[in-house]
Amino acid sequence: MAPHGTSADELCSVPALLARNVQLYGDKPAYREKEFGIWQCWTWAQANEEIRSIALGLLALGIERGEYVAIIGRNRPAHYWSMVAAQMCGAIPVPLYQDAVAEEMAYVLDHCGARFVVCGDQEQVDKVIEVQDRIHHIEHVLYNDKRGMRKYDHTHLNWLADIEAEGRAARTRLEPELEARIAELTWDSTCVMLYTSGTTGKPKGVVLSNRNIIETAKASVAFDHLGQDEEVLAYLPMAWVGDFIFSIGQAMVAGFCVNCPESPETMMTDLREIGPTYFFAPPRIFETMLTNVMIRMEDAGDLKHAMFKHFMEFAKTTGETYGMPRYRNKQSKPTLRRRVRWAYRYAMGIGFAVETIVENAVRGFFVRLRHPIEARKYFKARGPLLNLYPQPLRDYFNYRTGDVLIYGPLKNTLGLSRIRVAYTAGEAIGPEIFDFYRSLGINLKQLYGQTEASVFITQQPDGQVRSDTVGVPSPGVEVRIAENGEVFYRSPGTFVEYYKNAESTASTKDPEGWVATGDAGFFEEGTGHLRIIDRAKDVGKMADGRLFAPKYVENKLKFYPDILEAVVFGAGRDRCTAFINIDLTAVGNWAERNNIAYASYQELAGHPRVLDTIQAHVEEVNRSVAADPMLSGCQIHRFLILHKELDADDGELTRTRKVRRNIIAEKFGDLVTALYDGSDSIYTETEVTYEDGRKGSIRATLQIRDAKVVETRQAGQVAA
Amino acid sequence: MSMASVESYVTEDGRTIGGVVMELKNITLRFGGVVAIKDISFDIREGEIRAIIGPNGAGKSSMLNVISGFYTPTEGEVWFEGKRRPQMRPYQVAQQGIARTFQNIALFAGMSTLDNIMTGRITRMKSGLFSQALWMGKAEREETEHREAVEKIIDFLEIQHIRKTPVGRLPYGLQKRVELGRALAAEPRLLLLDEPMAGMNVEEKEDMSRFILDVNDEFGTTIVLIEHDMGVVMDLSDRVVVMDYGKKIGDGPPAEVRNNKEVIDAYLGVSHD
Repeated sequence: MAPHGTSADELCSVPALLARNVQLYGDKPAYREKEFGIWQCWTWAQANEEIRSIALGLLALGIERGEYVAIIGRNRPAHYWSMVAAQMCGAIPVPLYQDAVAEEMAYVLDHCGARFVVCGDQEQVDKVIEVQDRIHHIEHVLYNDKRGMRKYDHTHLNWLADIEAEGRAARTRLEPELEARIAELTWDSTCVMLYTSGTTGKPKGVVLSNRNIIETAKASVAFDHLGQDEEVLAYLPMAWVGDFIFSIGQAMVAGFCVNCPESPETMMTDLREIGPTYFFAPPRIFETMLTNVMIRMEDAGDLKHAMFKHFMEFAKTTGETYGMPRYRNKQSKPTLRRRVRWAYRYAMGIGFAVETIVENAVRGFFVRLRHPIEARKYFKARGPLLNLYPQPLRDYFNYRTGDVLIYGPLKNTLGLSRIRVAYTAGEAIGPEIFDFYRSLGINLKQLYGQTEASVFITQQPDGQVRSDTVGVPSPGVEVRIAENGEVFYRSPGTFVEYYKNAESTASTKDPEGWVATGDAGFFEEGTGHLRIIDRAKDVGKMADGRLFAPKYVENKLKFYPDILEAVVFGAGRDRCTAFINIDLTAVGNWAERNNIAYASYQELAGHPRVLDTIQAHVEEVNRSVAADPMLSGCQIHRFLILHKELDADDGELTRTRKVRRNIIAEKFGDLVTALYDGSDSIYTETEVTYEDGRKGSIRATLQIRDAKVVETRQAGQVAA
Repeated sequence: MSMASVESYVTEDGRTIGGVVMELKNITLRFGGVVAIKDISFDIREGEIRAIIGPNGAGKSSMLNVISGFYTPTEGEVWFEGKRRPQMRPYQVAQQGIARTFQNIALFAGMSTLDNIMTGRITRMKSGLFSQALWMGKAEREETEHREAVEKIIDFLEIQHIRKTPVGRLPYGLQKRVELGRALAAEPRLLLLDEPMAGMNVEEKEDMSRFILDVNDEFGTTIVLIEHDMGVVMDLSDRVVVMDYGKKIGDGPPAEVRNNKEVIDAYLGVSHD
């Protein structure tokens, strides 16, 4: 590992990697975006041209070295180009969450001190203009989508394409300056600044150097054998470190193509059209896909339904063995000779199979003729023809049949046919969901990461994949567990600092470079896999000293398709209680099937039969929690179904959809009290924020249910 | 503002309103013994959003049908772009550059959004049945051109996600949007919207209002709309015609019309004796 200074191959910045890609893969696709119903494509050479034009345009506007350029918008090639262009000029890109309301944006824009802001469309421009009178350092606002922008005052507002044109026009004048600035980029200069989603308190700006990003990308590309011909779909928020690593870091290092969807709503259609080979999605996406599949299977005909059930049951045990994509040996292009050899082998194989089947059939026929009674007994015991073969071969044939009839078409519908590596992270994924995808032959794996680590801390190698671990330390990453169970790591991807926040930097990262994750976990004996229990600070004690791990229980609850979110309370109390959010798609569908009329989320959430179903789930979770002596105290005694869906706009979730426990406890204080004072129902009123920022309030009377718990006598002693 | 003036002027929000595009002179429409429209005259200026309002049965839709050429007025004249319009078949009116949407959605329910909007281009398709069937030469080129225009409209109305969905499966608000798309596909100079926001919730209404304003702004299309939601009418339109029992009882900018006594009476109801 190169300590400081430079990388092994002298490519120590994203612009340098871009230049290399132009040389190596100049005419191969680098970016695609669906627009006007057609996939528009840019090769590496064309993308380079665009990026340089933007960079020259920024220079013409007077961009300085080391300043911050904010980028707000959905995944579009032009936004990725703006980031690289900013790097070329020696500036630092700062992508922002595009669905943040103006207030949240104001904090980040103010904190990073951006003079240039690149906006996706009118909506984002409006938000920036709204906060501009408070944040005086914003000078130039650029926008990508021209629509609705005609009437705006354009003195400090520019269309990105105009800036590009300006850059092209000033090429001869500014080219030397641009070259000089690119040459100045070193291994230690800042590559990007990403703001954490802020589960607790204000977001922090994580500074990542070129070394962090490029070395991590290289290691992870090698880990999963990613090649130049990979296809990825960029649909996750650009402000999230994962998207930066996948769509810029790894794409630049491996040279693969980044595909941008037409609009957020068309993501699933675009996914299907592109058929990515490398895919990342949070558990939520996989969950939604599975829910949709199940709902649609309910509507399918009997034959299809029966086939689906049969083959999915079969795949549960065999998918892992027979379904996984095989890794190609990196060979040169198939020559004629090799093709002939393949054809010959296939022909021989098919010939042999046909011969065997025919022979067996003919023999069987004569055997039956000669000894009818014995033959009937014999065939009854051995089953049909294939039982002549050993079990593994039969399983293989069965799986292939299933692949043709069910798995293949299903994967194709989901857009996952070509997947070689898929990752999920961010939250725990339900074992059933995880197994469903793996049994289909999709190589879905888990990883554990953080913005501060440039994503990768641990990941699962092929062949060692399970739903309850997050894998072994990634290449180049050291992990240790502190005495209180907190996970620490040190890696080439470890962030430089929190921007303008030396205090937090010091408390997170010690002088030797070890970073606290804030998560509690342990290494599994034998396999060396890391298992994460919960946020370290959330793992608490109950009143009688028993261990309280809310996330552990919440995740178990969320594994039911009916439950979208759960918040468990119990720290410092004598028993645990929970808020539940039902999943409107799954429960709504169930309601329709059972002729239960409902007009809104609130009405459905309050329906007694829904409460019954959820109660059954809670009690099931209680039984499974009770099986673990360490955590048996976390059984849920009472619960209620919330009258509104938890929402990031109301501050109840982070933008990456993690629950903000304290804020929820505070906001719904009356409900928490009711959970503990034994009342059967409670009237409440809650303020809500609509998507456009207006506020309103909803009122409801909520039923509180008691759930059965399993008594465990020794529980108190174990934890004490 | 004098109605007869031909000079163009600029509105507060910076749009240029041009001269008179269509003038309706003393229109009367009778169905047997029923008089639907009684001696109404007003004009429509280029680039403006003109609203027609009135209580139920006031004759608004009949008025729109007269403009669209579906009805021929019993008496009176329709002047379009400086020429008196003779009696026409509806398709001839469409070829003149007038497109409309309907109060009760009139889409092809089994066809996809894309195909539905494509039907809006029908007046602009020139290639014959034979070359269409063989998909050769001109037909292919033409279809590509039309598809491009349709895709621009799909992008404009933000309905990419339902491009291939049969419109029968779409919710009401989206169907209305598709219908607007089909009307836009004809690249009309005059767009007639019959209750574009009937039966919509607040959010859908906001979306639709934005699209109507955007159409007017981006393409400079002159729009005539009928609407019941007074808030929407007052916000969107430049000038309003108020009808009651087939008669015109008010005409002018929204602020002026709002304070008109007759209009208030018509809406709040007074005894007609």
